[in-house]
Amino acid sequence: MKVELDINRERHTVDIEPRTSLLDCLRDKLLLTGAHAGCEHGVCGACTVLVDGAAVRSCLMFAVQADGYAITTIEGLAPGPGELSPLQDAFCETHGMQCGYCTPAMILAAHALLSKNTSPTREEIIEAISGNICRCTGYAQIVEAIALAAERMRGQNIKADQP
Amino acid sequence: MLAADDGARVIAGGQTLVPLMAMRLARPTRLIDIARIPGLAYIRDEGEHVAIGATTRQCVVESDAVVRAKLPLLAKVMPFVGHTATRARGTVGGSIVNGDGAAEIILVAVTLGATLVWRESGENNLLAAPDFFLGPMVTALPLTACLAEARFPVWHEKRVGVGFHEINARQSDFAFVSAAAQVALDGEARCTRAAIGIGAATAVPLRLDAVAEDLKGQRYDEGAVRKSLGAALDGIETMADLHASAAYRKRVAGTMAVRAIADAFANAARRP
Repeated sequence: MKVELDINRERHTVDIEPRTSLLDCLRDKLLLTGAHAGCEHGVCGACTVLVDGAAVRSCLMFAVQADGYAITTIEGLAPGPGELSPLQDAFCETHGMQCGYCTPAMILAAHALLSKNTSPTREEIIEAISGNICRCTGYAQIVEAIALAAERMRGQNIKADQP
Repeated sequence: MLAADDGARVIAGGQTLVPLMAMRLARPTRLIDIARIPGLAYIRDEGEHVAIGATTRQCVVESDAVVRAKLPLLAKVMPFVGHTATRARGTVGGSIVNGDGAAEIILVAVTLGATLVWRESGENNLLAAPDFFLGPMVTALPLTACLAEARFPVWHEKRVGVGFHEINARQSDFAFVSAAAQVALDGEARCTRAAIGIGAATAVPLRLDAVAEDLKGQRYDEGAVRKSLGAALDGIETMADLHASAAYRKRVAGTMAVRAIADAFANAARRP
């Protein structure tokens, strides 16, 4: 069936089976491979995307259910080609990643947090990424990256949801 | 549609059903998405109870002012329900109809004695929460019915306090054991009403009415609470799995319940 999806502020018409998950649709039909398939049953968080600004597991949502929502993937965060968002920058600087598999989802989960809460406490940062598993870093540098990005964005008076 | 196809299932948030499908534990022939039916998502203060529509998202309940003011126990457990990303899609009704014995919303429904309303062939049916949950992931909801609303009783006493504790492997993961307590105190800090429940220890959440009865007329006394809990938990059979043995669950259920009750008394005592 044909579905019209709003992904990274662009309209896309995709022809999919009703059973196709949003994750598979993003990866296989739209080649947005920044959403990663991990456990595919909602535990690891690697497939996180933003649905109307809220972090959501794309493996637990069918693509047809995404009709009418604004979907944002990691590919939609950078302000322009070759540039990085403040969060992406901070993850590079603090070594907030090793293998990188969980990273797009971590950044999107953090993005959802910072668009609602410009000065999160350490506990709030941990809570926001507690649904995302990282098997490399031990999380310390990820928390550091989010705190650094929050501080910079406050300094520049920009909000996470302003691209 | 549900009556015509016995393999059909209702889906709303999909945060329990889709994982079950991914693991092939559920193989519905057809999914009927009710998430966008506008009349099913609401939170209404109806005096004696707060009515929550089946497709109301968990993230909405978590930050709702009516729930905070009238259903402090539900407000208390909401941050423990799944993760931020699953609460963004998951619904209150979905948590209830899936009947996972470790689910916090179900624990509150059983502890407070919520009433569940479902629709079947155009008619409303009502059932009290303790009778609704039959076993792990099994409820009294007929396959041809759809949950419409959950009514959580409101306590109108001035000094109501709540407590909730759970133990799990990582924050917001499935609880191995959980305990919830809501108490009302008089001016002398004596308990006038109590509701105590434990979750995840048994197949369905368990309300400990004998403990609630023992607390009546009493000030908080840890020794007495432990004794009463010990007697109440003595006869029950707790579950065992990879994560926790039956003996561990029973012991920790007592400890979680003591902490929840202590918090509830302290919480209520802070109110004027």
